[in-house]
Amino acid sequence: MSNSIPEIEDAKMMLCVGTNMTECHPIIAVRVKKAVRKGAKLYVVDPRKIPLTEYADGHLPLKLGSDVALFNAMAKVIIDEGLEDKEYIKERVEGFEELKAHLQPFTLEYAEEISGVPAELIRECAIEYAKAESAGIYYTLGITEHICGVSNVQSLCNLALITGNLGKKSAGVNPLRGQNNIQGAGDCGALPNNYPGFQSVEDPACQEKFEKAWGVPMDPKKGITKIAALDHAVDGRIKAMWICGENTLVTDPDVKHTTKALESLDFLVVQDMFLTDTAKLADVVFPAAAFTEVDGFFTNSDRRVQRIRKAANPPGEAKPDWWIISQVAQRMETPVDFEYQSSEEVFDELAALSPIYAGLTYDRIEKGDLSWPVPDKDHPGTPVLHEGEFLNGKGKLQLLDYVPPSENPDEEYPFYLTTGRRLPTYHSNTMTGRSGGFRILVPNEWLEIHPADSDRLGLVDGDWARIKSRRGEVITRVAVTRTSPRGTVFMSFAFPEEVMTNFVTNPEVDPRTETPEFKVAAVSIERVEAPSGLGAEQALRADPEGPGLV
Amino acid sequence: MMSNENRMTIDGAEVTFQPGETVLEVARRQGAFVPTLCYDERLDPYGSCRLCVVEVEGRRLPASSCTLKAEPGMEIRTGSDPIRKMQSTLMEMVLSENPDDECPRCRDIGTCEVHDLAEKLEVGRERFLGATSNASKDDSNPFLLRDYDRCISCYRCVRICDEVEADHAITMTGRGWNKGIATAFDGGLMDSDCTLCGQCIYTCPTGALADKKMVGQGEIPGEVEVTRSVCPYCGTGCSINLHSRDGKMIGVTPVLDGPVNEGALCVKGQFGFDFVNSGDRLTRPLIRKNGELTPVSWDEAFDYTAQKLMSVRADHGPKAFYAIASGRAPGEGSYMLQKFTRAVMNSNQVDNCSRG
Repeated sequence: MSNSIPEIEDAKMMLCVGTNMTECHPIIAVRVKKAVRKGAKLYVVDPRKIPLTEYADGHLPLKLGSDVALFNAMAKVIIDEGLEDKEYIKERVEGFEELKAHLQPFTLEYAEEISGVPAELIRECAIEYAKAESAGIYYTLGITEHICGVSNVQSLCNLALITGNLGKKSAGVNPLRGQNNIQGAGDCGALPNNYPGFQSVEDPACQEKFEKAWGVPMDPKKGITKIAALDHAVDGRIKAMWICGENTLVTDPDVKHTTKALESLDFLVVQDMFLTDTAKLADVVFPAAAFTEVDGFFTNSDRRVQRIRKAANPPGEAKPDWWIISQVAQRMETPVDFEYQSSEEVFDELAALSPIYAGLTYDRIEKGDLSWPVPDKDHPGTPVLHEGEFLNGKGKLQLLDYVPPSENPDEEYPFYLTTGRRLPTYHSNTMTGRSGGFRILVPNEWLEIHPADSDRLGLVDGDWARIKSRRGEVITRVAVTRTSPRGTVFMSFAFPEEVMTNFVTNPEVDPRTETPEFKVAAVSIERVEAPSGLGAEQALRADPEGPGLV
Repeated sequence: MMSNENRMTIDGAEVTFQPGETVLEVARRQGAFVPTLCYDERLDPYGSCRLCVVEVEGRRLPASSCTLKAEPGMEIRTGSDPIRKMQSTLMEMVLSENPDDECPRCRDIGTCEVHDLAEKLEVGRERFLGATSNASKDDSNPFLLRDYDRCISCYRCVRICDEVEADHAITMTGRGWNKGIATAFDGGLMDSDCTLCGQCIYTCPTGALADKKMVGQGEIPGEVEVTRSVCPYCGTGCSINLHSRDGKMIGVTPVLDGPVNEGALCVKGQFGFDFVNSGDRLTRPLIRKNGELTPVSWDEAFDYTAQKLMSVRADHGPKAFYAIASGRAPGEGSYMLQKFTRAVMNSNQVDNCSRG
């Protein structure tokens, strides 16, 4: 996030795009609701009528993947109405005239045709956004998990840049991260193109720095992404893989492909708390300690580095992740030092090598009030990025074109399927599914479908249906709901043992980030008889006091 | 020297205050003992319990300090005999309505505000014994115990649901002896707008609301230890307190000064912690032998893994290895995995799970 979470409640206008916040980031939604109570405007851009729309001044129910057309048209409205921040653009932005020319075809009529959102509503949203003293954009995977994910984000950045909403309190462009420490994993250098602290692996100065620190030569070429690595596993270029705390088999798109990739490996190491579906394919499984059983840190969405602390004992011989990896390293005939006495020593090394963490120590992150960059020991942290100036000079406006999703409904597969989470089931349910009581709240998977569509297919609430795409099929229960718009159905992927949703999803990726298009797949739906031994019966047996079913 | 504009007197001492502060806030900052039951610093002042009464010079009657704005020149007395007597009487009346049995919250979670305060004010429930309320709700939800026998009508639960979570799931009903807390149509929480975030539990000053998972944990021996940490679910980064007993997790409570959440949590952060106690946790390293994952010693697992990876590196080159770091595990592990990949396997073949 460019701005911190507490600032949200003082925003004057909030544009929430592709974020089912009350279910996926409920405590950020608390700040949004507070801002609304203080008089802020709220516009929700989402194909589904998600709960956040109940608090909104406007809901823009766009068609899946039409974001660029919509936001380009908003930018055009802002410029046509003369509502851009001329002084800010002059000082801090480049490419304005080019953008203005590029936006000519993005009329409201065009945007309405592509996105299905009424022109007047797009106009209203654009004007409210531009007029507000401070306007914040909040988004999640609803815009990034597309083949045009990068363009979607850039089209929002354009809006922020032409209105001067970057580098200002209670404004900005704010991706809400879906996992507790996904920001931290990137910060630590678990990326094929960056060392810790986002230092480029292809920059000779950075290479030299890490060669000096670790005492061995660095590979001057960047690595491939995880998505490409699975392809390389299939064709034999990758022979061995080490997966820490990710249920890759269940959470990646196109399960058949992922299974083939993992089965093609000569050697698979999985480090996890549980024998997940991925771990079941491994050659070596390392038992990892839980977050309650170790000292360490998580870095959240607003770049806040926070301490976690050991409160309980790990079961059996389970150990902290860092310790396990360092032990293998020490047996690899390497000259590199892997002897650490504590997690704090590891953190100190990370901080010493990462300019954005340089001022951090376990003592300083005690209360969680520092967001990186924290370049030195006296630095108070950086809740708002880009204040005064951008890192690379001027903010560059991007000329973006609308690209339709890679797969669209046709005669054979007439519906859009989009996927996401539900409030009480987190991701593939390895955590919530093992916590007592959650199965009572969400006993099983279901397909959400609009009544007009269900009527046509002869489906009623509680029926079973087969959902089929070009990759595979699943059978699940049906819930008739107006949350889903006509023609678009929704599923989560929280019950892989019963309904492996990612059999159906689309593995096409954004070529720049290689993020798959989880949010759009074309599917067919047909009613089927209830399969025996599945679903509600199981849920009713779940014991609220017990450890929970998986 | 500050001007007299923002000065007042509390128990004889001259103090400064910020415009907009209440007398309660100023007095507590001064270290004065001002009891409260309906007050929660996250909520708008409510003034219903009247325990925070103070004497104000020039006023005939005591005033509730939580709703009284500090004004220049005010003279406040917090602990005079008449005030203490009034507070004790109020507490005795509160206690008299409620059951005499052991409070589940005091037993299993740590003391509750009402029993803490009774001890401090040295009062019991005997003086006004009479009818007790009997409004327990049988609610089938898996997380929240609703035992309104113990309710003292401070409405903090209703207010936190409105003001902090903005879920508006519960409301006050009835008057006088029949007052109560209910959802729309007075059904169970699962049939209402309640998201089961559980925040009403941790503002409740009594045992009227409790965490079903924590109640009954009193049987585990040892003291309850409270350790500050961060929620393991989404990327919001809410601060949580981990409650453990004898090295075992028994529950979670919100951290009121958590910089992101300021005491709010959602259903996952509040109740979704017991996966760590799950019986199917991995407890030993495993190696596949004859097709079966077989428990082995750490040394065997380390040696085997190191041998295998060294031969992959030797036979197929650095790029034949790939590492995927976790977006959920602590950062030290991710740092170590990328260092391993770069410095030992000699490639940049490492990523995390942010792409899917």
